[in-house]
Amino acid sequence: MPEVILEAKDLVKHYPIKTGIMRRTTGHVKAVDGVSFELHKGETLGIVGESGCGKSTLGRLIMRLEEPTAGEVVFEGLEMQKASTGDMRKLRRDIQIVFQDPYTSLNPRMTVGDIIGEPFEIHSEVVPKGGRRQRVQELLDLVGLNPEHINRYPHQFSGGQRQRIGIARGIALNPKVLVCDEPVSALDVSVQAQVVNLMEKLQDELGLAYIFIAHDLSVVRHISDRVGVMYLGKMAELGTEDEVYEHPTHPYTQALLSAVPVPDPTLRGKREQIVLVGDVPSPANPPKGCRFHTRCWKAQEKCKVEEPQLIDRPDGQGAHRSACHFAELRTIVETVDVTQVEPDDRFAGTDVRDPSDAEAAADVPAPESVNEHVAQDRNLPGDATTMVQNDEGAPDRREI
Amino acid sequence: MTTTTTRAAKKAVPESRYVPEDGLLLDVEDLHVEFHTADGIAKAINGVSFQLRQGETLAILGESGSGKSVTAQAIMGILDMPPAVIPEGKIRYCGQDLLTMDPEVRRKTRGPEISMIFQDALSSLNPVFPVGWQIAEMFRQHRELNKSDAMNEAVRLMERVQIPAARERVKAYPHQFSGGMRQRIMIAMAIALDPAVLIADEPTTALDVTVQAQIMALLEELQEERKMGLILITHDLGVVADVADRIAVMYAGRLVETADILPLYASPAHPYTRGLLESIPRLDQKGQTLAAIGGLPPNLMRIPQGCAFNPRCRMAQDICRQDRPELREIVSGRFSACHFAEEVIDA
Repeated sequence: MPEVILEAKDLVKHYPIKTGIMRRTTGHVKAVDGVSFELHKGETLGIVGESGCGKSTLGRLIMRLEEPTAGEVVFEGLEMQKASTGDMRKLRRDIQIVFQDPYTSLNPRMTVGDIIGEPFEIHSEVVPKGGRRQRVQELLDLVGLNPEHINRYPHQFSGGQRQRIGIARGIALNPKVLVCDEPVSALDVSVQAQVVNLMEKLQDELGLAYIFIAHDLSVVRHISDRVGVMYLGKMAELGTEDEVYEHPTHPYTQALLSAVPVPDPTLRGKREQIVLVGDVPSPANPPKGCRFHTRCWKAQEKCKVEEPQLIDRPDGQGAHRSACHFAELRTIVETVDVTQVEPDDRFAGTDVRDPSDAEAAADVPAPESVNEHVAQDRNLPGDATTMVQNDEGAPDRREI
Repeated sequence: MTTTTTRAAKKAVPESRYVPEDGLLLDVEDLHVEFHTADGIAKAINGVSFQLRQGETLAILGESGSGKSVTAQAIMGILDMPPAVIPEGKIRYCGQDLLTMDPEVRRKTRGPEISMIFQDALSSLNPVFPVGWQIAEMFRQHRELNKSDAMNEAVRLMERVQIPAARERVKAYPHQFSGGMRQRIMIAMAIALDPAVLIADEPTTALDVTVQAQIMALLEELQEERKMGLILITHDLGVVADVADRIAVMYAGRLVETADILPLYASPAHPYTRGLLESIPRLDQKGQTLAAIGGLPPNLMRIPQGCAFNPRCRMAQDICRQDRPELREIVSGRFSACHFAEEVIDA
C-alpha cells in the first residue's frame, strides 16, 4: 500500500450548548468523538453515515476550517494543529475541499474565471500573474467545461456544471488531498454519473487522494478504495471496499447495507432486511458504552458499559477494523463482479466532457443581457465591485 | 355511531365512494399543464395519460423538471392557478372529471378520496399547532367529530403509524419530532379518512436510508391493509424496484415508457430508461463502469422539436429530430415513446 499522506489521530470536536441569558455552557454536542484513520497517497477513502453522524464536521476538521477539541491531523508528517502560520498557509494548498451545494458555494457576483482563479490571488506563487487566465482555461478544459465560458456567471450553468466549477477551484492549486463533502448529492441521477466519472479521471491523472463524504452507500462503494462507516461521532467500521461491503462485521453497517434499495425488482423480498427500530440518539447525550446499543439487536450488558474499540476483528476471510464486541460476519449484499462488463454505449457513455455545452450555450441568455443585468446590479448602493473586494477579504473565503 | 355521522357528513361527496367494478380509481387522460411566467410559457406537462387501479402501486419516475410533481399536484388540485393553467385534459376519479367539478365539491374529495404525502414534512406541517391537533383537524373538518373524539382518533392514528408513546406526544409540536417521525405524522394525516388514492411525492428523499426503509415498509403495509391505489413519485430507481407494480417514466412533461416493473428493468424499451439504468451505481456490484447519459434535461420553455430526448440520445436519427414519437404499445402491456423502441427492447 502507498505511503500515508494524511492521518487523523483521535479527533474530537465538541460544540458547546449555551443556555439562559448568561449563555452558560450546559452541555456539549459531541459531533466527532474520537475518530482515527489514515489516508494513503492517491486513494479514495469514503466516509458514510446518516445525517448527524459527524461526517461533515470530520471533513471540516481535516481542512482545519474548525479547530478540534482534542486530537490532531498529521499531514505528511506535519502536525497541523501545531503548525506555524507560514507552514499552515503552504499546507492549505495541499488540502482543498469541494462542497455539497453547487448553488450556494459559488459567489453569484463573480465570474467563473474569478472563482477558479481566486486561489491564485492568495497563493500567488503557484501561477505567475500573467498566466492565470490561461491556467483557469486549462482547468475548465480539464473538468470538461468549455474554456470559452470563463467570463460567465454561475447562474448560467446547470447544477452539474457548477459542481464541475467547484471541482476546478478545488484542484486549482494542485492539492494532494481533496475533501469532497457530498459532491454529487444535489445532482440528478443522470448527471451524477458524469461528475463521478470526472472525479475518477482527475484522480488518475493528478494522483489526488480523495476523502469522499457521502450518505449514498452505492456511490461510495463505486468510488472508494477504502470505506469508513460513522455512527454518532465515532467510526463503527473501517476497511477496504470489499471488506466493508462484502464482509461487514458491525451490526450498524449490516443494517445500513440491508436498507439500501437495489434497482433490481427480481431481488424484491429476497434480500435480507434489517429494519432498525427508533431514531439516532442525540449527539448531545450519546448512549454510554457502545453508541449503537440502543438500536442493536445483539446488544448485551457488556455493550451498555464498555465501549468497544475500533480494532482488527476477524471477518471470515481476514480481519479489518470494527468497533463491536460481538463483531461477526453477516453477508448482506450478494456482490456481482462486473469489472468485465462494459456499459452499452448505444445508450450511455463514459466520456467525462460536459456534452451539454452546445445546448447550454443556446439555453442561457445572450451575453448582452447578462451584462445589462450586472450593470444594473452595479448601480445599486454598495456596488458590485466593492462587494467582490469584500468577498475576497472575507476570512472564510480565504480558508477555501 | 361514527359511521352514521360519517355518511351524513359525506353526502356532499358524489357517488365516488363506490369504486367501479373494474377497480379503476383514477383515469388521467391527455393532461396538459403550462406555467405562464414573465419569461414565457413553460410547458410542464404535455399530454400525460395513465390509469390507477385499486390496490395498485404506480411509480412515476423522473428527474427534476420532468413534471412528475406537477402531475401529482394537478390530480390533487393544489396547483397555483395562475401561473399554472390546465389547457387540456381530464382527470377522472371514479368516472367523474375532477377538473370540471365544482371547487367546493372537489375540496371535499381531498382527504376522504384522494390524499397526498409531501417530501418535506417539516414545511408541510404547521409549526404553531400540536401534531395531534393537526391530525384531528381532518376529523373535525370532514367528519364533524367533536374535539375530544377527534383527538382520540388522532391518537389511534399515531399509534397506527407506529409513533412511540402516541398519547403523550399528541400535544407535541412538529419541531419536537425527528424527520422520520414527522413523515409518519404526514402519513397519519393522509390516511386519516381512509382515502382510495394516496399520492406520495418523494416521501423518503429527505430521509436517511434506515428511516427510508421504515417508512416504505409502513406505506406498503397500509396500502395492503386499506387496498389503496398508491402513486409513488420518485427519482430513485432502487425504491421503485422495491415497491412498485407498474412504472411510468417521465421526461420533459411526457411519459416516455410505461410497463410492469419486472419487464421494464429486465429490458427497457426507451433509450432514456436504458441510460438511467446504466448510470446508477449499484450497491451489489463491484468494478462497475458507470456510464452517463450526458447532457441535461431540456428547458421547458424550449422543448426540442421532435423527440424531447433527441439531443441526449445516442440513437437519434433524423426522424427523431422531426417527428415526435407517440407512446405506443410495443408488446402487450408495454408502451414506449421511441421510434426505435423495438431495437432498444432487444438490445
